[in-house]
Amino acid sequence: MMQIKPVQPSRPTKKSWISMILTLVLLAAVFFVLLGLQGTKNALVLRIARLCAINITLALAMNLINGFTGIFSLGQAGFMAIGAYTTALLTIPAGKKAMMFMLTPLIKPLDTLTLPFGVTLIIGGLIAAGAAFLIGVPCLRLRGDYLAIATLGFSEIIRVFIMNAQGLTNGAQGLKSIPANATVWWTYGVALAVIVFMALFTSSSYGRALKAIREDEIAAESMGVSLFAHKMMSFMISAFLAAVGGGLLAAYNGTIGQDMFRVIQTYNVLMIVVMGGMGSISGSVIAAFIVTIGQEWLRVLDGPINIGPLHTQGVAGMRMVVFSALLLIIIVFFRNGLFGTSEATWSAIGTRLSSLSGHKKGGAAQ
Amino acid sequence: MRKKVLEVTDVTMQFGGLIAVNNLSLFSDFQEIVALIGPNGAGKTTAFNMITGVYKPTSGHIALNRENITGMRPDRIAYRGLARTFQNIRLFKALTVMENVVISQHLRLKSGWISATLRLPHYVAENKLMREKAGELLNFMGLWDVRSEVASSLPYGMQRKLEIARALATQPVMLLLDEPAAGMNPAESLELTGLIHNIRDNFKLTILLIEHHMDVVMDISDRIYVLDYGNLIAMGTPSEIQANDTVIQAYLGVDENEA
Repeated sequence: MMQIKPVQPSRPTKKSWISMILTLVLLAAVFFVLLGLQGTKNALVLRIARLCAINITLALAMNLINGFTGIFSLGQAGFMAIGAYTTALLTIPAGKKAMMFMLTPLIKPLDTLTLPFGVTLIIGGLIAAGAAFLIGVPCLRLRGDYLAIATLGFSEIIRVFIMNAQGLTNGAQGLKSIPANATVWWTYGVALAVIVFMALFTSSSYGRALKAIREDEIAAESMGVSLFAHKMMSFMISAFLAAVGGGLLAAYNGTIGQDMFRVIQTYNVLMIVVMGGMGSISGSVIAAFIVTIGQEWLRVLDGPINIGPLHTQGVAGMRMVVFSALLLIIIVFFRNGLFGTSEATWSAIGTRLSSLSGHKKGGAAQ
Repeated sequence: MRKKVLEVTDVTMQFGGLIAVNNLSLFSDFQEIVALIGPNGAGKTTAFNMITGVYKPTSGHIALNRENITGMRPDRIAYRGLARTFQNIRLFKALTVMENVVISQHLRLKSGWISATLRLPHYVAENKLMREKAGELLNFMGLWDVRSEVASSLPYGMQRKLEIARALATQPVMLLLDEPAAGMNPAESLELTGLIHNIRDNFKLTILLIEHHMDVVMDISDRIYVLDYGNLIAMGTPSEIQANDTVIQAYLGVDENEA
């Protein structure tokens, strides 16, 4: 007869203290880099750096539903649009709004209402979460490809709605003069908050339940996980975060139009998620930097190129061709992305380093 | 009189023109070990799927502890205390052994997702309890040493044990085992027989199992139901079943000279 033995709960070890200190050091380093960025006169560097942070937010939003829950949703662009338009409409000063809405005046009370930037991000998120609920009721009953197609369709419906709701969104004319609130502090502050939220949420019991759904729906349901409730929770939180990212994007761009939120926008974010690894937070963060910086850096390909005897006039969109090829290579040869579903923890880095150097040298994090 | 934990009454499952299970009635008394046997395609797993809510029966009635669970969603049925394992192992493959068992206690979690994310004291206490309980279960099943391994990396026999541990973690009143001894050698199935008895006694469970290993079935069961082509053809104690002509015919076929 087997005995049930009590199990010792784990205590914080020396290892976890070192990890904590290393994390604090990293955070301090990030802080000083941001401080440096804030003071930089180089507008291009500042733009790309802020875009990196916005892409972290957008990628993590998508990773929650696609990577952690295993639901292939392609509706992100629609939720981003909701966030972007909410932030734009609630931060543009009343006078500018009156000038912009020439065909049909903006409906009351939006025409005079302006709110603080942070508040508008949250309102946009809540509206997107509400829209996600309505979309989720029919869509989340579907599986696989069908769900992807249905969410993609709803994303387009949101865009077409924006295009035609002249009195609310200024239709095809779009919105401009959006106050430039997306500073380094705002973009990185939000990105950090989203990273912390994701780390805590995905490691909680609810995050585990989502991973169980990803691994095996039938088994998860038989173990008492309500599929619909948990998928809906993941879908709504993902929509909320995507809308916050969309709001930042609006403030970053200064101008928005329905054209920005075509399906290609979803694919842009999907590329980051796939490259980093579906279900890896650190993967998404690192891939957001690689993809954002890479897309800027490859811009040289769009200009005239001289390789030996070969001269081209410069083809617009050439960088996207190269980038797509790179993405293909990643999907064919590194199907799980950079990190798969694992995270770059200090102890993982330590193990990797010590196996690279072959002796104790890299064991700092052990 | 003993309390009936599971009561299945006149349940039929029809897929188009095929009647997979026809008018099946069976019951399990408290702490009884009942086996469901029959040749391949007899409708055993279909019966399991109806009881656990994966299929909604075409007609009939299923009750767990006198509560009607006919056509209820699998997660609701699990919450009411019915846990199962799968014929073709369905673990959360990429997750660790520990996580597999902790996840199965999620259905008893009271904290909401916000307090879970913010790690409020109530959730932290609940989570700690879930981990301790998972540890106890892993210890009991002899899986404590592999708790940090990824589930798919375990050898086959251990994966089967992990499935049972995971089912036990939902704190069931009744356990349904779908071919627990499949793919096991005689020594392993003997160990399993002892384990199932232990589980029954330790957790005060009622057990219904499907099994093809006749030595396991005869050794372990209090009562046996025999299905053939969706019909119940016999019910009785192991010795009664072994002597039953209809059962022997269903398994071995009818001798043409005699028929």
